[in-house]
Amino acid sequence: MNLRARCAIAGLGATRMGRNYDHHNAQGFALEAVELALADAGLARRDLDGLLVNPGVTWIGDAMASFGLQQAMGLRDLRLTATMNAGGATAGAMIMHAVQAIAAGMANVVACVFADAPLKPPRPDAAKGAGGSAAAYGFARGLDAAYGLFGVNAQYAFVARRHMHLYGTTNDHLGAIAVAERQWANLNPAAQFHREPLTLAGYHDSRWIAEPFHLLDCCLVSNGALCVIVTAADRARDLRQPPVYVLGMGQGHPGGDPIDTLASGAPLAKAVAFPMAGIELGDIDVVELYDCYTFTVLVTLEDYGFCRKGEGGAFVADGRIAPGGALPVNTGGGQLSSFYMWGMTPVSEAVIQVRGAGGARQVPRHEVALVSGNGGILSTHSTLVLGAHP
Amino acid sequence: MIGEANIRMAEAVKPVPNVTPQMAPFFAGARQGQLLVQKCDECGTLRFPAHATCINCLSAAASWIAASGRGEILSFNVMHQVYHPGFAAEVPYAVVMVKLEEGPKVVSNLVGVKPDAIRCGLPVEVVFERVNDQITLPKFRLRAAA
Repeated sequence: MNLRARCAIAGLGATRMGRNYDHHNAQGFALEAVELALADAGLARRDLDGLLVNPGVTWIGDAMASFGLQQAMGLRDLRLTATMNAGGATAGAMIMHAVQAIAAGMANVVACVFADAPLKPPRPDAAKGAGGSAAAYGFARGLDAAYGLFGVNAQYAFVARRHMHLYGTTNDHLGAIAVAERQWANLNPAAQFHREPLTLAGYHDSRWIAEPFHLLDCCLVSNGALCVIVTAADRARDLRQPPVYVLGMGQGHPGGDPIDTLASGAPLAKAVAFPMAGIELGDIDVVELYDCYTFTVLVTLEDYGFCRKGEGGAFVADGRIAPGGALPVNTGGGQLSSFYMWGMTPVSEAVIQVRGAGGARQVPRHEVALVSGNGGILSTHSTLVLGAHP
Repeated sequence: MIGEANIRMAEAVKPVPNVTPQMAPFFAGARQGQLLVQKCDECGTLRFPAHATCINCLSAAASWIAASGRGEILSFNVMHQVYHPGFAAEVPYAVVMVKLEEGPKVVSNLVGVKPDAIRCGLPVEVVFERVNDQITLPKFRLRAAA
């Protein structure tokens, strides 16, 4: 059963992003995003019969998050639900699950939503100190903590340092990615860093977090939610928005230790998704990559074959992925400069670009978009190929 | 207020690992100046830290053996962010990942070397740093290359 173009993304809903305290928890943001996505598609709540939820860090303890959201939204008689987590690959995995269920006749209209609310409103009486997002992402563990190893930043920094050692990758290379994404964000009014330009010198001036990572190598922290509505292609054609067809999809979870391979699961996932979509690398017009760090973008470009392993630094150094460059990558500013909605950040920007709704940042050719998701330390990977035509 | 915060900072100690039943032999070894790793009794695959089963053959039978304590810096990072008050006085400090001669990787610190002098590939050897009666932490120092 070939699922190429059997389904499409028919609706996109995004809350305000960043220091946004419109709701007091992730479920509140999720509810708003689902409503916005339904309105975008021209659908009503009663049309939904599937609800998939990827809860962010502050919602992740709720193993029944999707049921909780169903109840909060008064949704009746769903035929598909799940609370899913494969880290940053979850957005892609939710869309794949939705497509499979729709193609199998199990559901018709499926909402896939990510939400998180790690930022709290400033309290004038509270002392600044431990806590906040740094603590939420600290993940202190027994023996590692005794040596001062805390958090995902430090784990990724190990892998990036090894890449630098073996291949000569530099902070100038990583900085080129930060600058390119910022230039895209400067064209995106929804980006948290929309109004703040960045130069390579500014990148180098940003404080160190875990060398070789500066602050501006690391993704943002955001409150908000994103939702996409997946439905059958023929139904999507009758709805309000131009359909964004799911042409190909795949996953790859290599296991083992990324410091040995310096690679993601992209080669595995691509090997399924590209043949399904009937495309090759040269057919891709716009690329939306999971960018928890600048380094993740560099590795992912290598792993899809845009350049050879170890050559990612030289590949990005000359502005190739920036506005006006030969390969538009992370055209909304990515998680580094727009907002951090895990795998939904690249998905949402691909939907906007394929629709041709990118405004000042719209790329001229937008028939085929590549979307990656990446979770853990290059541990999980999802590939989506989205297109304007079936 | 500021004075109180400073006092708390000065008293802050680094996190002390729990001696879990699985890792108890490791800490017993460290107290006696040995760096122990787990060896699968079935297929001989080495692993660290402790795990209930072998990643290669899934056997639960394992023993602890002494590693040479020699290895090289596989990678490292330099931590500038204070995630725990026990490290506030040390930032920036380096955390190293050592690849032991026998294969397993160990997260640790490199003593006697400033962070900006650390490089991947440097040869290192284990030293032991006593924390309390129960806990001794293996750390590493530079050694002359073989």
